[in-house]
Amino acid sequence: MLHTVNKSPFERNTLKTCLAHAKPGSAVLLIEDGVYAALSGTAHSDMVTQAMAQVSVYALGPDLDARGVANRVLNGIKVVDYAGFVDLAIEHPATQSWL
Amino acid sequence: MSDAGGVVKKFMFVNRKAPYGTVYALESLEVVLISAAFDQDVSLAFLDDGVYELTKGQSTKGLEMKNFSPTYRALEGYDIEKLYVARESLEERGLSEDDLLVDVQVVSCAEMADLMAEQDVVLSF
Amino acid sequence: MKFGIMVNEGPYQHQASDTAYQFAKAVLAKGHEVYRVFFYHDGVNNGTRLTVPPQDDRNIVTRWSELAAKHNLDLVVCVAAAQRRGLLDESEAKRHGRDANNIAAGFRISGLGQLVEAGIQADRMVVFGD
Repeated sequence: MLHTVNKSPFERNTLKTCLAHAKPGSAVLLIEDGVYAALSGTAHSDMVTQAMAQVSVYALGPDLDARGVANRVLNGIKVVDYAGFVDLAIEHPATQSWL
Repeated sequence: MSDAGGVVKKFMFVNRKAPYGTVYALESLEVVLISAAFDQDVSLAFLDDGVYELTKGQSTKGLEMKNFSPTYRALEGYDIEKLYVARESLEERGLSEDDLLVDVQVVSCAEMADLMAEQDVVLSF
Repeated sequence: MKFGIMVNEGPYQHQASDTAYQFAKAVLAKGHEVYRVFFYHDGVNNGTRLTVPPQDDRNIVTRWSELAAKHNLDLVVCVAAAQRRGLLDESEAKRHGRDANNIAAGFRISGLGQLVEAGIQADRMVVFGD
């Protein structure tokens, strides 16, 4: 399963709920305001780092760039563009958008 | 009315938002009702504030909005009987199964994750 | 591979329609098919041709229309959600006694069954919303 999260972890519990339901081997793609969860040195960095032991975490590059945070991405998070988003959606049998 | 051509997929409707404050819960329910006509394997998941869609005693007179909560009880008549509610979300809100207006299966986080993982189509609201 | 795309938010208010558009473009650029884009909730507002954004901004509505024309996309606006929000095509306007319609080129109004059908027919369904 590819999970997408588009909410800032500072405002909503969306990422937390997503990670609680993402099974090992699934992928989590952070998009839109969700990319704020991809950053190092935040109150949520540890949660994301721990999750990466079980799931692959990706962040959408254009959303990082737009928000001026591309240089603060946590180690281990893979940055993809929209084509990479499509590849992930193909790779996984279904996509779940955590809205 | 279905033109599914005999294909049966597993559809899950994931509800994580409370009713009335936004329209998502109501319009999600409208999709669920339509999906019944397509003979698919439909299930509904209620997590986080989505569990508030199912609480008893909703009365919307003062809002002049439609109280759509009785519709959840009608789903059985459409052969939509798989309603899964997250135990943790109920507990966080001080709710139990007795507070809900329809028969549901209360599931753990791990069980919900398993159910989600086996779906073909997940529509979230 | 065939993709179904669902857009649940209106233009300009939320990024969902922008992300969905970029995703659809990337699907097509890779040689895959967009089986249908279904607009629901406030997403139906992506289909009004009366949108007049400032000249230095993207025109979200015409961008969808142009993508549809170029790739023969099926852009479907949910009828129930559209009626509530004042989005009408010619026949809907006539049927409900309204003096105008506002649907943009390339969009059509149809029922929620089109969403379920897209889920059945497409290999992948991706939802963009709030």
